[in-house]
Amino acid sequence: MSMDLPEGMKLIDENGRRLDGRKADELRPIRIEAGVLRRADGSAYVEMGKNKILAAVYGPRECHPRHLQDPTRAIVQCHYNMLSFSVDDRKRPGPDRRSVEISKIVGEALEYSIFLEQFPRTSIDVYIAVLQANAGTRCAGLTAASVAVADAGIPMRDLIPACAAGKVADTVVLDLNKEEDNFGDADVPLAYIPRTGEVLLLQMDGHLTQAEFNRAIELAKGGCSQIYAVQQDALRRKYSIAAGENGGKEEEARGNEA
Amino acid sequence: MSKGNYVDILPLSGKYVPFSGDEVIGTVNDMTSSNWLFDINSPYPGVLHASESPWKVEFGATAKYLELGDNVTARILSVDDSKHVQLTMRDQSLRKLKGGHVVDIPYAKVPRVIGKSGSMIEMIKEYSLCKVLIGKNGRIWIDGDVENVLKVAKAIRIIDEESHTHGLTDRIRDFLESSFPSRHG
Repeated sequence: MSMDLPEGMKLIDENGRRLDGRKADELRPIRIEAGVLRRADGSAYVEMGKNKILAAVYGPRECHPRHLQDPTRAIVQCHYNMLSFSVDDRKRPGPDRRSVEISKIVGEALEYSIFLEQFPRTSIDVYIAVLQANAGTRCAGLTAASVAVADAGIPMRDLIPACAAGKVADTVVLDLNKEEDNFGDADVPLAYIPRTGEVLLLQMDGHLTQAEFNRAIELAKGGCSQIYAVQQDALRRKYSIAAGENGGKEEEARGNEA
Repeated sequence: MSKGNYVDILPLSGKYVPFSGDEVIGTVNDMTSSNWLFDINSPYPGVLHASESPWKVEFGATAKYLELGDNVTARILSVDDSKHVQLTMRDQSLRKLKGGHVVDIPYAKVPRVIGKSGSMIEMIKEYSLCKVLIGKNGRIWIDGDVENVLKVAKAIRIIDEESHTHGLTDRIRDFLESSFPSRHG
């Protein structure tokens, strides 16, 4: 997976600091906002480093196309989409191999967390829009989608935090950024529920030894635990704002902003 | 509410799931020769068979009694395992709603609009002199003077947005007092 490192670029310096100044086991700064869209049943906005991701959830609603509907449970239809301006070179709009794959794995992770049997014959539609990408969008997308599902009031087992770990310049590090992803040796995205220890998504691109892999999982689990707390806080904040006199107005202002 | 290892949670948002016996307000979506299909603010449409309507409907004459967009109060007769919903209107209290204005709120907030033993809704009716009917599915029908109806709709929107906060009844009373200054509650 690694490309040739540009002249003079050092992914990890003498002090063990990465390109953006982080230590090996440090996440990028993360911010989550719940309920940012008025029209969707549930929504969330996530910023993770330079990643900017918006997720919207509709449903449970009548399932279209009809032949996909299941008389015993709801189905999850997930659409991951990178906007054309989300990367340096304009991304050709529309679904491609990569986005079809990510829609599938993110949808399946969500499926596990939702009590689908409570809504037979319906569809829960999840839309993930990547406004700006900087590596780790599938994880940030799942993190956002999970908060959006909770915001839509859909009963679920738990929130799903997700983040990646990987290997860069012979060091196992947490939450790769764009440069580390391009010039590193491996990338391991993981979605994991801290409360139960269940793994809902695990992939690996590149090569790791058994020991490195174990270390990467350990780091990613730690990252997930931190993200989990931020997710919960985002939901709590959404409902504490309206407590004031003009709660309704603030809500409206936030809706317009988005 | 918790029972042993189970915890029951009331969501602040979410879709209405039909339950047998609920009184709901539905809007005609589609019709066949002997059925009306209602939008009941839920992922599942409600089916009203002509024989469950309060009228004597001849085969193919459904449109004579209810047309697309008409609102009714109906009771949920049955819900099966895959959530096929049957409605009934065979009760004195269930009828077609003529005129009026309909607003939707999340079904979970219906108890807030009604208030403790009906305190909130009675207060709204007293101030506004409007007729107000609330369906379990979160659909609310308001009838009366147009100005007043809009003010009631506004009050309901405030309840929706601030449903989980303290002192809501007082804030709604203040709102109603300033909206309907000539009346006393």
